[in-house]
Amino acid sequence: MTENNEYNVIGKRVPKVDAREKATGAAIFGHDLRLPGMLEGKILRSKRAHANFTIDISKAEKIPGVVAVITAETYPHVKNLGFLQDNPALKKGKVCSYRDEIAAVAAVNPETAEDAINAIEVEYEDLPNVCDIEFACMENAPVLHEHAPDNILKHRYDFVHGDPEKALEEADFKVTSTYRLQYVAHCCMEPCFAAAQWDGPDRLTVYSTTQIPHLMQRDLGRVLGIPAAHIRIKQMVIGGAFGSKLDTYPYEIITCLLAKKTGRPVRIAFDREEEFIASVTRQPAVITVSHGCTKDGKLTARIFDAVLDNGSNSSWGATTPHIMANPVSSLYKVENVRMKAKMVYTNNAYAGAFRGYGNPQATFAIESNLDELAKVAGIDPLELRRRNFNEPGETTPQDLKITTCGMKECTEAAVEAIDYDKPLEEWEGVGFANMIHVGGGARIYLSDGSGVTVKVDDFGRVVIITGATEIGQGTDTAMAMIASEELGVPLENISILNSDTDYGMWDAGVHASRTTFIVGNATLRACRMVKEQLIEAAAKKMKIEPGKVVFEKGVFYPEGGSPEDGMKVDKVARSMHFRRQGKHPMATYYYDPPNELQDMKTLKGNVSSTYAYGTHACRVKVDPETGKVKILKFVAAHDVGKVINRQGIEGQLHGGIAQGIGYALMEDMVFEDGKLLNPNLLDYKLVMARDMPPMELIFIETDDPEGPYGAKGIGEAGLIPTAAAIANAVESAIGARIRDLPITPEKVLAAIRGVK
Amino acid sequence: MTAKGEMISITVTINGLPYTAAVSATMNLTDFIREVANLTGTNVGCGEGECGACTVFLDGSSVNSCIVLAVDADGKEVTTIEGIGGPNGDLHPVQQAFIDCGAIQCGFCTPGMIMQAIWFLKQNPDPTPEEVRAGLEGNLCRCTGYEKIVDAVLTAAQQMNAVETSVR
Repeated sequence: MTENNEYNVIGKRVPKVDAREKATGAAIFGHDLRLPGMLEGKILRSKRAHANFTIDISKAEKIPGVVAVITAETYPHVKNLGFLQDNPALKKGKVCSYRDEIAAVAAVNPETAEDAINAIEVEYEDLPNVCDIEFACMENAPVLHEHAPDNILKHRYDFVHGDPEKALEEADFKVTSTYRLQYVAHCCMEPCFAAAQWDGPDRLTVYSTTQIPHLMQRDLGRVLGIPAAHIRIKQMVIGGAFGSKLDTYPYEIITCLLAKKTGRPVRIAFDREEEFIASVTRQPAVITVSHGCTKDGKLTARIFDAVLDNGSNSSWGATTPHIMANPVSSLYKVENVRMKAKMVYTNNAYAGAFRGYGNPQATFAIESNLDELAKVAGIDPLELRRRNFNEPGETTPQDLKITTCGMKECTEAAVEAIDYDKPLEEWEGVGFANMIHVGGGARIYLSDGSGVTVKVDDFGRVVIITGATEIGQGTDTAMAMIASEELGVPLENISILNSDTDYGMWDAGVHASRTTFIVGNATLRACRMVKEQLIEAAAKKMKIEPGKVVFEKGVFYPEGGSPEDGMKVDKVARSMHFRRQGKHPMATYYYDPPNELQDMKTLKGNVSSTYAYGTHACRVKVDPETGKVKILKFVAAHDVGKVINRQGIEGQLHGGIAQGIGYALMEDMVFEDGKLLNPNLLDYKLVMARDMPPMELIFIETDDPEGPYGAKGIGEAGLIPTAAAIANAVESAIGARIRDLPITPEKVLAAIRGVK
Repeated sequence: MTAKGEMISITVTINGLPYTAAVSATMNLTDFIREVANLTGTNVGCGEGECGACTVFLDGSSVNSCIVLAVDADGKEVTTIEGIGGPNGDLHPVQQAFIDCGAIQCGFCTPGMIMQAIWFLKQNPDPTPEEVRAGLEGNLCRCTGYEKIVDAVLTAAQQMNAVETSVR
């Protein structure tokens, strides 16, 4: 916890570089964008979960102020979106969900657009609803998509190591349980937004809140059938993403089509209800887990079977079992492991990427089940974990290569902070959960790389040009801190140029807690290249060998000399280019980490170049009259490799824990026959300030050899073990296991009654 | 602004300047601030009075501007996030504390949160952490877990009280 003195900037508490514009209201979010002549776009969505339909737009077209009405027929050559390319932006003749887009309008103002939507006539011919994963998997269940006659997405996940069935059979103690995870929403405070503007028939600019600008450029080119080289994505300030903006959405394609049809800029801005209905969710899942151990508590078998509700169409979310496989195969040492997972099409909302990417679901099931095993085996749950810790140097069953590993240190620190041995009062409980997650990028795409250019101008200002995306997580500040550390330039003299595919270099997008790790490494290396150029120039100016130049706190001076007689960065920069055949101090580094794309069949491969560990521990008190769970204290100890921005990493963990508490205790999208019953912030409960418990954060610095200054990615970690730790503490308090999230007072009361 | 219905001429003073416009009876105050006065710091997170992102002062009281009709603000004074700092870009102590304490991540809830915090501190200049949490109950944040927001409000309270004391 001590502040590190090894560095001038790294490890310190630094306010975000974009904080001022956000505190004054100057930040330009999507809905603040004003383009001359911009029209309002609006989407008509299905009023059925599953139906064939016919549509008549003639009345809508005649309304004064309506500039265009489009359907799937308007641009028949537009291609499908989605990981399996199963999602047309505008649905043709058949809907598979209430979120489905049927038609869209562009009008002079929002009211007219709304009137036009209401004037579109749709006739539905109902089809049987498939809103339950068990029903969807039955023989003769109605089929949603022709390409999936059994309603199961074609990517099946079947990972095996050793002989788990035999090992479970032979285990001294074993337990099998089934866990159910609910639908939850990202609830970014800013609802979805896009604006598009064409310049001629095939030149397109999109104003977007995407977290994958370069992949979006590719998606738009493919779907719209124009060269991606003619597309420019300009990102707005983004009001939260958490994975929800990892996919290109139908509404973004529709915005482009309306702009094309009208020849004018068009924007689409969701309201909160549309945000709930039409943006992605976390995958609900039914997970059955078995564990077996020896009488000494050594884990010998783990069998994990997950069925995930994919909803109506595929997104990047279809690959979440890839990341589920990390904890299943590698959380603690288990010799024999099997994971089976399948994603099922239903007529519910479609699920996508959400902070943790399947890991929170998997970790909840595994860590709950380990506590159940401990009970059966008569071993203290903490002791059971201690006997199976991961260690540095290990290669796990999934071929993950563990370089640094702070699992033991995190656990022991959390044990101390939560005061594990303190006797429990009546209705009080204590619980633990551990996690492993990718911490050094994740190669889920051909490239996991990112390019950064660093430029020093003749006033000593440093500009970092990057394709990385700031979604509030603090990447811009981390990059500025790295440049400040390396080039000795104060933070106020550093700016970040991003959010535009025309000048930002390829970046695989914000996901997998990768940005500070990947882009941080690119920034660090580009800065060091610039520093070498400056040292060489300073040496020339001082007429000494470059090896004799000392560079300290932004000043170059000769070895044995004094900084007072040295040259500052700006002066050296000027000496480089204020002359004939000059050179501008500037360098580009493209960093792509040493990780591997996993084999789709075996699911094996070192997907990340390092792994983040963490332990959550909490004490809870349950009110036996109301069933309400109060968290008395929450401890989060994380192996972060190295703290870059202490203030930023605290914020990431606090926020992750808050989302994890919501997942554990409150948040639940309630669907009835595919219709969302609580699409608003009154009925969908988010954690409020007074719901947050006292939190203690502990950072274990394992100094990762591949990370920038030793850092690991940590953006998702805060919510991965949270729900499991809470569920284990609740069990400790009431003596009964709740296996379905969220743990509502009703479920707690029912569980208490069941025990009695 | 609206395609139909009767238009009503109203004047709302926002951050000291009068804005007069003919508006529909259904226009809300957020839209008047954003579209008529072109002040875009006030954000719309839900439009239903649940998230607090659009919090402004109406005649000195904190309101969710999305559930106030613009016509009901006729003749009244509104203060938005753009109106709380001093001249030359000076920040209000609450804004400064939000920046210094790391209370801002994506920033979408921030203007409303800061407005609510300023109003709350006017009612309760020396609050306990629990009182701050209760005072911010109507403002949602999805990024920070509120921890640093509470820190920021307490820090701002201390600083404002210290200034108050030194003035006396």
